[in-house]
Amino acid sequence: MPKLTVDGVEVEVPAGSTVLQACEAAGAEVPRFCFHDRLSIAGNCRMCLVEMEKAPKPIASCAFPAGDGMVIHTKSEVARKAQKGTMEFLLINHPLDCPICDQGGECDLQDQAMGYGFHSSRYDENKRAVTDKHMGPLVKTIMTRCIHCTRCVRFSTEIAGVTDMGMLNRGEDAEITTYLEKAIDSELSANVIDLCPVGALTSKPYAFVARPWELKKTETVDVMDAVGSNIRVDARGSEVLRVLPRLHEDVNEEWISDKTRYACDGLKRQRLDRPYVRKDGKLQPASWPEAFAAVAGAMKGVSGGQMAAIAGDTVDAESMYALKRLMGALGSGNIDCRQDGAKIGGGPRAGYVFNTTIAGIERADALLLIGTNPRWEASLVNARIRKRWLQGPISIGMIGAPVDLTYDVEHLGAGPKTLAEVADGSHAFAKVLKDAKRPMLIVGMGALAREDGAAVLAAARKIADDTGMIVAASQDEEGNEVPGWNGFNVLHTAASRVAGLDMGFLPGEGGRDVAGIVAGAKSGDVKLVYLLGADEVDGDFGDAFVVYQGHHGDRGAHGADVILPGAAYTEKDGLYVNTEGRVQMGVSAAFPPGEAREDWKIVRALSEAVGKTLPFTTLDDVRAALRQDHPTFAAIDTIEAAEWGDFGKAGSMDGAPFAYPVDNFYMTDPISRASKTMAECTEAFVLPKRPGDGTGAAATGTDG
Amino acid sequence: MASVQYRAKSMLLAELVSGMALTLKYFFRPKVTLNYPYEKGPLSPRFRGEHALRRYPNGEERCIACKLCEAICPAQAITIEAEPREDGSRRTTRYDIDMTKCIYCGFCQEACPVDAIVEGPNFEFATETREELFYNKDKLLSNGDRWEVEISRNLTADAPYR
Repeated sequence: MPKLTVDGVEVEVPAGSTVLQACEAAGAEVPRFCFHDRLSIAGNCRMCLVEMEKAPKPIASCAFPAGDGMVIHTKSEVARKAQKGTMEFLLINHPLDCPICDQGGECDLQDQAMGYGFHSSRYDENKRAVTDKHMGPLVKTIMTRCIHCTRCVRFSTEIAGVTDMGMLNRGEDAEITTYLEKAIDSELSANVIDLCPVGALTSKPYAFVARPWELKKTETVDVMDAVGSNIRVDARGSEVLRVLPRLHEDVNEEWISDKTRYACDGLKRQRLDRPYVRKDGKLQPASWPEAFAAVAGAMKGVSGGQMAAIAGDTVDAESMYALKRLMGALGSGNIDCRQDGAKIGGGPRAGYVFNTTIAGIERADALLLIGTNPRWEASLVNARIRKRWLQGPISIGMIGAPVDLTYDVEHLGAGPKTLAEVADGSHAFAKVLKDAKRPMLIVGMGALAREDGAAVLAAARKIADDTGMIVAASQDEEGNEVPGWNGFNVLHTAASRVAGLDMGFLPGEGGRDVAGIVAGAKSGDVKLVYLLGADEVDGDFGDAFVVYQGHHGDRGAHGADVILPGAAYTEKDGLYVNTEGRVQMGVSAAFPPGEAREDWKIVRALSEAVGKTLPFTTLDDVRAALRQDHPTFAAIDTIEAAEWGDFGKAGSMDGAPFAYPVDNFYMTDPISRASKTMAECTEAFVLPKRPGDGTGAAATGTDG
Repeated sequence: MASVQYRAKSMLLAELVSGMALTLKYFFRPKVTLNYPYEKGPLSPRFRGEHALRRYPNGEERCIACKLCEAICPAQAITIEAEPREDGSRRTTRYDIDMTKCIYCGFCQEACPVDAIVEGPNFEFATETREELFYNKDKLLSNGDRWEVEISRNLTADAPYR
């Protein structure tokens, strides 16, 4: 623990810290461009020069290890002069185009030039110009502005795990480029925009749209996947213009996936902005009372057992709870929140959440992936696994079709056969897990959303039990608390799933699940189906009366008889539970369009129209009732270790290999399917790789 | 004695005579009133009148949609929307000034980095309806085209003091 003095303040920092970190600990501000907490140290911008006593010249504090007894001055004449000089050099080739630069107003160079620079330039020669590079449909480049901090290069190689970027040439000729003008093929690529301290890399869909000072910033959570990334939604009026990451060390650190960031333009297209009722085979615009009357009319003479409700993937907990109460009041047990038919829930909570927690991945030393492609199902979980993989030896095995996960994976097999071998201990990887100190496994929806899902779950639980993945918290001889370890994890793909399972949005006694509802609707046993934002249900509902409540005119709305327009995630306050079981609060950033309303309000209003008025009138009432029935919803942003228990149903497993649930990362839900940017990404990144796809053949020009 | 003096003054109409003398003096001096609108008074080059959006001599519009005028406007009279033009340059798709909100402070032209938005010398833009005072980009650009000679002369005249 070196002790040093910074600007007269004595600080003690952990061994291995840099002088810059020591300065921060002492409360001294040091300007920097290339240094970033989560990236390796480059030390190439030279902005962080400080004076160290007994050193012949100023030192680059970001790359200098803190030592015992150092005396640092960050504001002395020498340090100031060094910083000013560096700033002047950086600005020599930086264009003075701040008025047309999208970074203007949130630019590190702008801010630091104000704080540490000269008031005017002494440079009279011509400035250099650099050709712009193609980086795909998300990142716009204006490379003349680049100051060569190489944050983007380090991010793409270290965090994203793609070696698509680099710096060519030296000195004045240095250029950041993507090799062969290739787009950065990573689902985290747009994070380089946030990292770029100047306006060299900016957002293409957001180009010239707005200035940071005219946006209303709302801190909320994302629903594009089950990670529950913390985001900041920037809106102007009722229009969401961009989504940025928010720091949450235990969930998304400070990254978000490209889908989270760019699907927001889908919020403007294909929206349901007024109720519709099907008349003469066609959906006709209607008023709210007419729509409710139509639903109430359809419910007349239909018994509770003939009604069913399915909750979708991006629904908030409150509206699911309201719908569950309404269906209960109507006497229906046919409710399900597992659109994909995953065989989970009903048992102990440990059986369907990510018990290890996302941050806990960093402590694991062996990992088994079962039927999951985390890169597409939860990019930030994948980034965490890669972070762990970079930190030191970890053996990672995978059961499922081989995919590039940006880290080394031992491919064990494609399906349940291999899983059964690992479960009975005959496979070599079972020993790897057994020998590991903190082994973990991740079961994906690809393994659970099948007929034999319960058996797969049971096999995974057996592996967890047999290889010592479950260690209860205990005390050592000295009475110190030893934290427990639970290496059993379910990786969800739907943001609303864990909330639905927590509140028991599942078939009641003798109730039908999704497959049962579809079959019942076809055979005529189910007469009314209520879809709460459910767009991914396989099959149609025959002659059943379908009520769709949601925000986009997507699959669910097409076959509906009544459409009740709801609010998207940026337009309502709501609770979401991520795959770890972490309850997070979403906050509305804009108003729903037209006559659309918040979802729980619609359910509440409908309950009155059908004569089963629900006992709440405000969102606080709903939350109070929800928390009373299900106390897990009361603890916001905390994780209680879930009680281990018995779940899954041992049985024979089908031989078919596991199929991943996400076949196109960029389009998984109604919002991203309506997004123009996501369509461009699909065209740029997904279609060219699809075998046998006509577009792909045309793009590569090698076959056909 | 005082009363004699008072009476003499009033008998001889001394005040009336001095008043008429003053009138006569101004009668021979040059007039200060103007025969508006046929005559107009001088205006400072810094006069802040009706807004105009200027162009470069080659016809390209100057405004680059940096939104600094919108940000600085104390009356929030300016509304701008922008997007990349076909050639990739940054341009406005909408530039509105609500002249009924504007307080003619001139901050917008101070903020403009390219001398695009200016307050020209025109002050005669009274209208019969309120709606006519909601200026859009076309109106502002046509103002600029109409007043360019005067505006550029004023800017040159004021340049040494900036």
